[in-house]
Amino acid sequence: MSVRARRALLYALATAAGVVMAFPFVWMLLTSVKSESEATAFPPGLLPTQWLFSNYADAWRAAPFGRYFLNSAIMALGTIALSLATAALAAYALARMRVPGRGLIFGVLLATLVIPPEVTLIPNYIAMQRLGWYNTYLALIVPFGASVFNVFLLRQAFLQLPQELYDAAVLEGCGHLRYLWRFAVPLSRPTLAIIALLTGIRAWNDFQWPLIITDTADLRPIQVGLTIFRSDVSTNFQLLMAGSVMALAPIVVLFLLTQRQLVQGIARSGLRG
Amino acid sequence: MSGDRVVTRHLGMRFPLRGRELVALEDVNLRMADQEFCCIVGPSGCGKTTFLRILAGLERQTAGELHLEVTDPARPLSAMVFQEQSVFPWMTVEENVGYGLRMRGVHATVRRGVVAHYLEKVGLTQFAKAYPYQLSGGMKQRASVARAFATAPQILLMDEPFAAVDEQTRALLQEELLRVWESDRKTVVYITHSIDEALVLGDRVLVMSARPGHIKAEIPVTLPRPRSVYELKSTPEFAELVAKVWEPLRQEVLGSFSAMARAS
Repeated sequence: MSVRARRALLYALATAAGVVMAFPFVWMLLTSVKSESEATAFPPGLLPTQWLFSNYADAWRAAPFGRYFLNSAIMALGTIALSLATAALAAYALARMRVPGRGLIFGVLLATLVIPPEVTLIPNYIAMQRLGWYNTYLALIVPFGASVFNVFLLRQAFLQLPQELYDAAVLEGCGHLRYLWRFAVPLSRPTLAIIALLTGIRAWNDFQWPLIITDTADLRPIQVGLTIFRSDVSTNFQLLMAGSVMALAPIVVLFLLTQRQLVQGIARSGLRG
Repeated sequence: MSGDRVVTRHLGMRFPLRGRELVALEDVNLRMADQEFCCIVGPSGCGKTTFLRILAGLERQTAGELHLEVTDPARPLSAMVFQEQSVFPWMTVEENVGYGLRMRGVHATVRRGVVAHYLEKVGLTQFAKAYPYQLSGGMKQRASVARAFATAPQILLMDEPFAAVDEQTRALLQEELLRVWESDRKTVVYITHSIDEALVLGDRVLVMSARPGHIKAEIPVTLPRPRSVYELKSTPEFAELVAKVWEPLRQEVLGSFSAMARAS
């Protein structure tokens, strides 16, 4: 096959993949401005005959979404802060400190990556209940405040810092904590940014955990809040889509702002987020 | 001042390595006088750097004794200049040089004075506010040297500090180091691959054997000071000394080759 033909094929495949990926997103955007009858019409049409931007206002009024956004933000930012702290400390110990059995500890930690999150759902629930954290922000944040994946990512970043730098810092009178805080952390900023982003996105999008660990509107995050548009008998699709667009907006903006770092960071780690 | 600054007796170092044991150093016996400039040459992988790291306190020997004479508890015992990558990239040259002083709580005004003094000595005054990425390799090493001198250590440890710069720059850096050292004498342990460099700088050259490393030969360098790097190299005495160092070293380098051949 000529270079040209190969390239044409490549572009065709990439375009097809792009359309498949983008279609649900576009469908959501279009449905969010349809009328109720059009949103549920069969056979469905792609474009709305009437663009109802008022759906967004209706959706916003249907539930205390301001509160939901705030809850999601608290949950995401809290998880990010806690994750960064735990990852930095654990990764540093695993990368720099001479702990007996360090390799084994690291291996056991890595092994926990194969445990599917569903398995930990019920133990986590029971733990939260016994701690008396049911219906608290703590329950929304703490269980996800440490992740082996983050520790792994940051450990690799710390390992890449030159030994000379560490030696020089130690000879100038630096201790472990100071080295971590003043040297390792600032020099690993790109990796920390990736961890913050991936953790934040995961927390923002989480549905299952907040659904089972809270039952008041005061603590409900946005993703759970969206269920207001679904009932046993019907789903208000156009409003659900409008709400989803609103819920997704911060993530999309964040992604657009940081996509280069995000992609690089994932490529560097050689793993998915 | 007189007396020994550094004394080692039967110093040894073993590392565990994939279930086996690597003997890096064995029976290193050494005395270094105060204010002596001591150069160590040896084949690659002979444990020179390990030895230096032990002197610096970054590692602890597994056998034997190490005694470092502390004459002034207020001053740090040792400072180290590394091959490269030891200037802190997010600090200016000035901040780099003053870092050790800052860590020891030296007042900012005093610090500025000391930093300016050593920056001038190594010719970096104009680059005080520059960041390391704006500097050439030679300039980074100058900053490292200034940083090492700034805390007024009693022992200065240098691990092939000029190995990564080009030939001409190296000659300049050597001259500068000699100048700074002559006006501010301290015990120096200087590791190098280069016989020329060892002879140009040192009062004494120690030849280290291939692994397990120990001191194989000692050659006193009687060349007068102050020395000028290029003039010195053209004298017959210098050539004679090169031959004296090369003879024991040659066997060790050959030995380390055949050891590598056996291992592979």
